[in-house]
Amino acid sequence: MLNILAQAATEAGEMVEGLKAIGAGLGYGLAAIGPGVGIGTVVGNAISSMARQPESAGMVRTTMFLGIAFTEALALIGFVVFILLLP
Amino acid sequence: MNVFALEFPPVSHLFEWPDIIFSGSLFAVNKTALIYLAAVLITSAIFLTAGRQRGSLVPVGVQHVAESGVNFVEESVVMETIGPEGKKYLPFLTTMFFFILFSNIFEVVPGIQFPANSRMAVPITLALVVWVIYNFVGVRAQGFGGYLKNSLFPPGVPKALYLIVTPIELVSTFVVRPFSLAIRLWANMVAGHLLLVTFAILTQTLWDNGYIGAVAPFSMLILMTGFEILVSVLQAFIFTILTAVYIGGSMHAEH
Repeated sequence: MLNILAQAATEAGEMVEGLKAIGAGLGYGLAAIGPGVGIGTVVGNAISSMARQPESAGMVRTTMFLGIAFTEALALIGFVVFILLLP
Repeated sequence: MNVFALEFPPVSHLFEWPDIIFSGSLFAVNKTALIYLAAVLITSAIFLTAGRQRGSLVPVGVQHVAESGVNFVEESVVMETIGPEGKKYLPFLTTMFFFILFSNIFEVVPGIQFPANSRMAVPITLALVVWVIYNFVGVRAQGFGGYLKNSLFPPGVPKALYLIVTPIELVSTFVVRPFSLAIRLWANMVAGHLLLVTFAILTQTLWDNGYIGAVAPFSMLILMTGFEILVSVLQAFIFTILTAVYIGGSMHAEH
């Protein structure tokens, strides 16, 4: 009986590690979905406006980098959580 | 740590370097500190040399590098975000751009291959400097009450919504901004370094065991090195342009 309990305890310890790893991986993956779609939207619209008005390309590019930077912050927070949870 | 049956070093081994001199004291110097020192020296050397040899109308060599750098920051950062009255922040923004660029670019310099900004200390310090500057500029341009009013109560919002908008603006302007600025730079550099390390270890392990498949991760490594050069320049640019946006935002009241 004690033997089984001890085994269960070590397994629980390993399980916590494993669950941490799963959580870290899932956390980063989920955090990347929204920003992925968002950056796609930002860049796609920037390209279509650059194609429509090539003379405003400089201004559009600056604003596009700003939009990317703000959108990307969410993915990076997910990455930070991933690093923090890593066993 | 074991990833895909590869012996992968723990994350701390990739980012924590032993002290080289003055070990244990407050002035301990390690690889990260040396890279920052090199970045400061290179930045100063470029601009001091370029400033000394004034007079040549056609810029050559170092003068050309400095002039196109200043021009780039003026054209695509200051003029696009603050406008002509932001020209007095040009020296600060240019210095910061080149300092961040040089401390990032050591990520791909053979033999060193460590982005100094993947340690949090200097990014957060730079971000706090930026925080102090844009708040100071805002208070000086609009007065303390006016600055607080404009940043906490953006005009054109229905009265009842201020209950939600004001706390959000308070947190996002005065708390989250410096952290997101620092984390953006730091996390990009950490991610790039991890990516390069992963492909390098994969290449070495396959090569050591005599698999010809080592060519695949090696070509990926070369591709990613090129990508990381782009990321280094882009992150320096984004840090500078966000600083300019924050300064410009506190200079003019929101419309």
